[in-house]
Amino acid sequence: MVHTHEPRPRVGLFATCLVDLIRPSIGFAAAKLIEESGCEVVVPSQTCCGQPAFNSGDRATARALALQAIDAFQGVDYVVAPSGSCAGQLKKHYPELFAGEPDLARRAEAFSGKVHELVSFLVDVRGMSAVKARFDGAVTYHDSCAGLRELGIKTQPRKLLDSVEGLSVCEMKDPDVCCGFGGTFSVKYGEISDAIVSKKVDNISASNAPTLLAGDLGCLMNMAGKLQRLGRPVKARHVAEVLAGMGDEPAIGEPARR
Amino acid sequence: MTIHVPTSPAFKDNAHEALRDPALQRALGNVESGFIAKRRKAADKLPEFEALRDAARDIKNHTLAHLDLYLEAYEKRVTEAGGHVHFAPTADDARKVVIDICKRVGAKTIAKGKSMISEEIDLNGHLEAAGVTPVETDLGEYIIQLRGERPSHIVAPVIHLNRDQIEENFRAAHEGLPDDRDLSAPESLLAEARAMLRKKFLAADVGMTGANFLVAETGTSIIVTNEGNGDLSQTLPKVHIVLASIEKLVPTLDDVSQMLRVLARSATGQDITVYTTFSTGPRREADVDGPGEYHVILLDNGRSSMLGGEFREMLRCIRCAACMNHCPVYHAVGGHAYGWVYPGPMGSVLSPSLIGVDKAGHLPNASTFCGRCESVCPVRIPLPKLMRNWREKEFERHLSPATVRSGLRFWSFFARRPGLYRFATRVGMRALALAGRSKGRFASLPLAGGWTGSRDFAAPQGDTFQAQWRARAKR
Ligand code: SF4
Repeated sequence: MVHTHEPRPRVGLFATCLVDLIRPSIGFAAAKLIEESGCEVVVPSQTCCGQPAFNSGDRATARALALQAIDAFQGVDYVVAPSGSCAGQLKKHYPELFAGEPDLARRAEAFSGKVHELVSFLVDVRGMSAVKARFDGAVTYHDSCAGLRELGIKTQPRKLLDSVEGLSVCEMKDPDVCCGFGGTFSVKYGEISDAIVSKKVDNISASNAPTLLAGDLGCLMNMAGKLQRLGRPVKARHVAEVLAGMGDEPAIGEPARR
Repeated sequence: MTIHVPTSPAFKDNAHEALRDPALQRALGNVESGFIAKRRKAADKLPEFEALRDAARDIKNHTLAHLDLYLEAYEKRVTEAGGHVHFAPTADDARKVVIDICKRVGAKTIAKGKSMISEEIDLNGHLEAAGVTPVETDLGEYIIQLRGERPSHIVAPVIHLNRDQIEENFRAAHEGLPDDRDLSAPESLLAEARAMLRKKFLAADVGMTGANFLVAETGTSIIVTNEGNGDLSQTLPKVHIVLASIEKLVPTLDDVSQMLRVLARSATGQDITVYTTFSTGPRREADVDGPGEYHVILLDNGRSSMLGGEFREMLRCIRCAACMNHCPVYHAVGGHAYGWVYPGPMGSVLSPSLIGVDKAGHLPNASTFCGRCESVCPVRIPLPKLMRNWREKEFERHLSPATVRSGLRFWSFFARRPGLYRFATRVGMRALALAGRSKGRFASLPLAGGWTGSRDFAAPQGDTFQAQWRARAKR
């Protein structure tokens, strides 16, 4: 788009393990959007950012995975992840993991400085204000916690969604309240997680939007799984898929077309 | 007499019960509707609110860095004003001081203002055992006492109850209350409690209050209330005991005025509470009223060892309850499920420090880390980070559940070997995708019953992203 004459920045796409394993279409949507913002995309060999270990108190594993990711993403100008939660881990928590070890901390900080969540990268770093995409119908947008509170992502996705042809945003009540996912919390404290997501899906249904969007696949799988268990017709998609014009993929948890 | 044992080890069972208690669930709706919007409005009205939060954090940090000096100065001022300061290293020590004073003055009853420290040291049960009758004078605490319960919230002790339940308690406990007296409005409940309590204030031999702040500069203790019961508790009886923990200290009256501005707004959305009461020493000769004796019990109970460690920031807490008011887990299960005095995010950090992580180990784990607590904490305590510190300690000490540890080990074995990871996940996802192809999701999955008991789980699309990306690049 705007930056055609400058050398194209190299962006390392950190797909996140959930996207890598469960829903690659989000990775392709992210790559497409990053390219549209005038960057070159590379996908270094990667596994997981280490957040499950970090949040389970297993610091040694979290550190090993952090160093592994920092090594894998050398030589890129930016590291971009289609997840506020993983981007938060890479950006905010990696430096914490090496506090008190100046050499490693410096490396972690240099790395963290390059990290951005996908939609905030497009809007805040690349100055994107519109996308060329079409999606027919109303959507409601859930603000995932880490993106919202660790990275300040709130207006950016709404701004880009506004530019999607045929799309309108219907805000739900309390879009900024946790969906109850919380990573391993959703399995370890399944009952409480279920109580929280039950309130969430009621708010989603009450918005009357047939489509739910968010920027984190974990939260989306949680909300989609509850909506489907209750037989509610709302379809869940990652915001990147809609912004990239890939909103015709089968929605999360829906069967592939034959 | 009831001595309370923490039920925090049974957090999961407690939560299970709480989720199935319709009356509790109805009452918990009030937390969300009652507190959040009010705080928001109060904060939005004050342009400098965020700056005030920084100032509040800094005042507390400064005080904690020099706590020994400020404690000394405070003690000196209280003594100069004719009061007595008792340092109590443990809960036991604090209870003993109270009971000794009661015995010395021959007290039969003690009128109590709201105090979470009293709950922390489980004072009422021990007082009764010593033959002294505690009378709770805060409306919420009074109801709790009638019911033989513990508060479920640090600011609103009976938030877990509905009005009709309280009416029932009153009708059962208040002799001579006519059946046809209308108690359907909260005001009428308050009036009924007032009438009962008045008599007890006048009969009490000792009055006890907590403290929201202790001022080093002047030796003053400060309480904030909305009912005025605290004033009566401390002025009518002949002995006033202030029960407070050491981290309630702030250096000066100026500092207090800053703290008060964030406290009420964060707690109830008020600009300031209805009563802010300062007390410094016993009645002086020219005073028309006031207690003849003034005692301050400063409880440590593990706090000084927190000072030098990684949980020090928790000592900034001013007990406003904003963190629990905004917590989705608290909204779901209420305060009693946490199993000890302090519920919600602040309790999930503090309780393991005070009763041991072996007992309270669930609490710092039962959080989604949504971060809403930290985003509203007036003294900017990084609650999720501190809960994570506890998880690390549990992991190091092998206190985390075996299933969690072996799951982590299995997963990290692959995550730390990218080549193997790519191969294994590719095989695994293809198989799962095939299994889930017709529905696009699973209604049950082995080892994930916590999830699939109540939610479907999306099936993978097919090949992994990395495999597909590399295949495209080759083309
Ligand atoms: S931790 Fe913060 S928000 Fe929670 S009660 Fe203490 S001061 Fe208030």
